[in-house]
Amino acid sequence: MASLSIAGITKGFEATQVLKGVSLDIRDGEFLTLLGPSGCGKSTLLRILAGLEIQDGGTISIDDRVVDDLHPKKRDVAMVFQSYALYPHMTVRDNISVPLKMRRLSSWQRLPLFGRCLPNSARIRKEIAGEAGKVAKSVGIEHLLDRKPGQLSGGQRQRVAVARAMVRHPAVFLMDEPLSNLDAKLRVQMRAEIKELHRRLGVTFIYVTHDQAEAMTLSDRVAVMLDGELLQVAPPDAIYAEPNDRRVAEFIGSPKINLLDAVVRTPETIDVAGATLPVPTGCEPGTNIVLGIRPEAFHYVDRFAPGTLGARVHLVEHLGSDLFVHCDFPGAGAPLIARLATDRAPSLSIGETVHLGIDASRVLLFRPDGSRLPNREATVTTLRGRA
Amino acid sequence: MHAHPAASPAAVGNAARSRRRGEVLRACALVGPALLLLLVLFLLPTLAILGIALTDWQFGAQSLSFVGAANFQEIFADATFRASFGNTLVYVLIVVPGTVVCALVVALLIEADSRFRSFYRAIHFLPFMATLAAMAIAWEALLHPTIGLVNQMLAAIGAPTANWLRDERTVLPVLAIIGIWQNLGFALVLFMAGLKAIPRDLYDAADIDGASSWMDRILTVTLPMLGPVSMFVVIVVALRAFEAFDTVQMLTQGGPGKASELLLYTLYRESFEFLRTGYGAAITVVFLTIVVSLTLFQARVMDRKVHYS
Repeated sequence: MASLSIAGITKGFEATQVLKGVSLDIRDGEFLTLLGPSGCGKSTLLRILAGLEIQDGGTISIDDRVVDDLHPKKRDVAMVFQSYALYPHMTVRDNISVPLKMRRLSSWQRLPLFGRCLPNSARIRKEIAGEAGKVAKSVGIEHLLDRKPGQLSGGQRQRVAVARAMVRHPAVFLMDEPLSNLDAKLRVQMRAEIKELHRRLGVTFIYVTHDQAEAMTLSDRVAVMLDGELLQVAPPDAIYAEPNDRRVAEFIGSPKINLLDAVVRTPETIDVAGATLPVPTGCEPGTNIVLGIRPEAFHYVDRFAPGTLGARVHLVEHLGSDLFVHCDFPGAGAPLIARLATDRAPSLSIGETVHLGIDASRVLLFRPDGSRLPNREATVTTLRGRA
Repeated sequence: MHAHPAASPAAVGNAARSRRRGEVLRACALVGPALLLLLVLFLLPTLAILGIALTDWQFGAQSLSFVGAANFQEIFADATFRASFGNTLVYVLIVVPGTVVCALVVALLIEADSRFRSFYRAIHFLPFMATLAAMAIAWEALLHPTIGLVNQMLAAIGAPTANWLRDERTVLPVLAIIGIWQNLGFALVLFMAGLKAIPRDLYDAADIDGASSWMDRILTVTLPMLGPVSMFVVIVVALRAFEAFDTVQMLTQGGPGKASELLLYTLYRESFEFLRTGYGAAITVVFLTIVVSLTLFQARVMDRKVHYS
């Protein structure tokens, strides 16, 4: 178990700056997810934590001990790779045993054939095989110990990789998109198992993914990364409800948040696509802002009323309990997407005009540069239309 | 399927039969050329050799007679053949491990640093491409007992010199070293391709698992992952070593005595210098048997040890 401190990490590959000064503190036993689209630098950060890459600047400490100059072996971290990186020529038992063999056997004892004849070698090897068996059992692969990775399914390989990481009781677990090679069903199942593993072991987990569902379900805290910068580090619910940056709001949530350009009319109201909304901003009149509305912040209104928004239905997706209604709205760049409860909305047909009410307490406001404008006293629940 | 719905069963049967005949003809037409070439270039000559090996035919002679296994009895009683066979084994046993180890070491060294990679690769591949006849002259000059560079350098550092190609004790090892030099580039290029194909993740995993020393990385990842390439290299180099002929012909003519007589050279002399075609054919059969069984044995044994992902 260990806490981890990352301070001002920078890293560039030739002309590209991949990490632009990332700082982050991770608590002992925490499950932290680095979430971001591909190429945002999250895997590079994880590799720097593991010691597989050397940062250009900044410091990494594990339990207040600076590890910048330490080899991966000495950092007491274990890593699960996206490709699992199992040794294809070794059986499952040997794969799991490698970390222990490297630590407990001397370099002479590790030599093929000859090493087995040295004193104590046989005893230590037997102990190691026993421990490998125990770990295999704890992840439910004890019946596969004599197979080779080529004979295993994706999920089984994943478990072997986890067992290999677990076997030497590391202080920190690093996981680099460990579920992305699995099919959807297995991914959900393994997600639950990883969560359970974290609970059981109680050690610090750092998990890299581009899948927000994984990040939201697994983590104690999510660190959203974009273009080599950390945008926000917060618990999953806070990341969703209170994003501090427009890019975070756009990245988290499916379907994506609806963004509309708006202008402050008075400190208490804003203009959006010809409608005036009672959204207090405290900004100077005439300031440009961006209004963010999550799909579920809309609700169905059966006929036009002041404070509703009329939009033409463009596509309806049925999800059982909910409907995703895609509609064209003048003034919005992309179609608006509203999530409506099936029992509260009648069957909608394409081309029809639907009236949507907005839960004004749940709208998010951003400055043109993307930073968040704090919500102020937003008590009015519908927008007052002028149409 | 194409038959008319109202057609009689007999007509349907005929249509099916003619279609099948058409398919057979097409298959023959497709396989035919390859089969013909295989027959003419490999199978018939082999059969012819087997036949000739049982006769006393001399090249150009008008008549021949069947002598049964007499040629084979003579082979196994012949001191020249025994010497030649022993020399060939020694030669192969030096060339194969020598080539594999040197090529692997050079490949690892070249891969360790990306600078000049293609330059080194080209340099090492050159001997494999070059005509050995021309190269043999260069080797002869280098190994010349008085004016050769090798002896001059050895003399300069006070080491003992030798008449490398005219001394019974040195001639076979020297030919083997030339053999290694000749095959090195071929093995090297294959090993470099093999090294490139090893996923980086495996080295990363080995790093995390604690296999950080040079030796551990090689034993844990590099060598096992090079298994299939190594097997191919060993088989091909062994075959090429068995077939060594041009160095012997150009540099030593099997001498001094029979110290550098190799199988293919013996075969050539019996068949084309002494014109004992029947006897030469019998040697060819023995040679072929050795080479084929060696290849099968290697493939069998190594296949079990080698991992193909």
